[in-house]
Amino acid sequence: MKKVDTNQWYYSDKVKEHFFKPKNFIVREPKKGEFDAEGQVGNLMCGDIMKMWIKVAPKTEKIKALKWRTWGCATAIASTSVFSVMVTEKGGMKLEDALKITPNEIAARLGGMPPRKFHCSVLAHLAFRDAVKNYREKI
Amino acid sequence: MEKRIYMDHAATTELGARAKKAMEKFWINEFGNPSAIYKEGRKAKMAIESARAEIAKIIGALPEEIIFTAGGTESDNLAIFGVVGAVGLNCLPSSRLYPQAGSDAGSEGKQFKFHIITTKFEHHAVLNPCKFLEKNGVDVTYLDVGKEGIVNPEDVKKALRPNTVFISIMYANNEIGTIQPIAEISEAIKKFRKTNLETGFPLGNPVSKYPLFHTDACQAGGYLDLDVNKLGVDLMTINGSKIYGPKGIGILYARKGIKLQPMFYGGEQENKMRPGTENVPAIIGFAEALKISQKNKNKETKRLTGLRDHFIKRLTAEIPKTFLNGHSSKRLPNNINVSMLGIEGESVVLYLDKMGVACSTGSACASESLEPSHVIMALGKPHEYGHGSLRFTLGKANTKKDVDYVMKILPGIVKKLRNISAINI
Repeated sequence: MKKVDTNQWYYSDKVKEHFFKPKNFIVREPKKGEFDAEGQVGNLMCGDIMKMWIKVAPKTEKIKALKWRTWGCATAIASTSVFSVMVTEKGGMKLEDALKITPNEIAARLGGMPPRKFHCSVLAHLAFRDAVKNYREKI
Repeated sequence: MEKRIYMDHAATTELGARAKKAMEKFWINEFGNPSAIYKEGRKAKMAIESARAEIAKIIGALPEEIIFTAGGTESDNLAIFGVVGAVGLNCLPSSRLYPQAGSDAGSEGKQFKFHIITTKFEHHAVLNPCKFLEKNGVDVTYLDVGKEGIVNPEDVKKALRPNTVFISIMYANNEIGTIQPIAEISEAIKKFRKTNLETGFPLGNPVSKYPLFHTDACQAGGYLDLDVNKLGVDLMTINGSKIYGPKGIGILYARKGIKLQPMFYGGEQENKMRPGTENVPAIIGFAEALKISQKNKNKETKRLTGLRDHFIKRLTAEIPKTFLNGHSSKRLPNNINVSMLGIEGESVVLYLDKMGVACSTGSACASESLEPSHVIMALGKPHEYGHGSLRFTLGKANTKKDVDYVMKILPGIVKKLRNISAINI
């Protein structure tokens, strides 16, 4: 019989890490002009709302900062947190490259998620797309 | 070992020491099949029959009115499908029953459509069988429960129809603990039966027993009076796993003379209502657990009511935007259910779990269906109340120290999650 490890957490260790120690979140709504654009996805009914703010280097379109706030469950918080790391690490990704990050890749970076929670990674992807859309409309 | 504070007794309780001890000899020493006629069998038979008699005495029933099942879900299903199945089989719509059926020239004839009544906040073990019947042609009324989570007997009266055959209303709600006025509702139903003899089901029967009234009392066993005559119910579900008894055992009380159609077919156990070799150790453990729970109920109610009110007071006073769900006093003494706005319940449960506390949430994110709690929604509250709901259900091991520990860590968890939350309601 396979031994069951009861110390194993409900989700993956990566989700655990980003849920208990989220990266790049901000604890207040930013001031006007603090970021270049804002994106939002979700609604009260479904139980997840994500907001993202981006700062972009004008010429290179590299992401200098991505901050977020999320109302939602552990995997929603972890998805936003890990996404913010993915697009800002190693000097920051270009907007068009970051847009290519699929929900699958977000989930994979988190060490996988239960199928019913997969939409959380989709939400992170969509919140970012909304932010980029707003950024491009602005400039 | 890591210290844990378990506050999810509405989900399940541990097995009580005395129940465990009572079960012990039936695993190996007295393992006989109660249907066998030799000594081992006779011993097992005697044991389950004395358990049955004991349970019957506690709830004011006759031993033959107790059907052992594999738990609350099965008892609820047997009550619903058993009653509806029996009326459906024995009294199929016919021109004799409903003269207009055949006389409607040219049409297929009016079918006698059965009607059942339940509430919007029943346990899924009642709701889903009702939904299944609804899909298969039975009319179902799902009663509102008001903003306090208590069914109004007047609403039951208004919902009664001549073709109503079955009513199921829980004794105490499993999520918000609100206690339903079962005796008052049963009085209304009894009155209705008398006036329904001429027009109702079965037509013209001078001794109509319909509609039959069932209550799911799974959450009530530890705290409330289970006397079926005082309650006036025809069928009642109780299970072991909420009253410090074993899991996988329950009973359906079915008043003598009620026609039930079994769900399973096999041997002759339980009057053919529930065939299969009896789960002897579980039956013995269940009887013992029920006996102890009912004996201690007043003392435990008194102790936990104080603890519950202390907990609710601190939660709503010390954590901003925290609201109690369900009536503040007409609720089980062990139930605390609050909604904390701006945060999501699953996140709180996982943080509390990390800090050694077990509790539950009605949040959509924590459920397989991704729907927020139908109970919180039935109270007419906005979605965010469901998503932000948290349930603590106390038990015999919980003390004021445990409650105060939760109150030491919970405000910080809520603050942290609100800090990163995208909404501020």
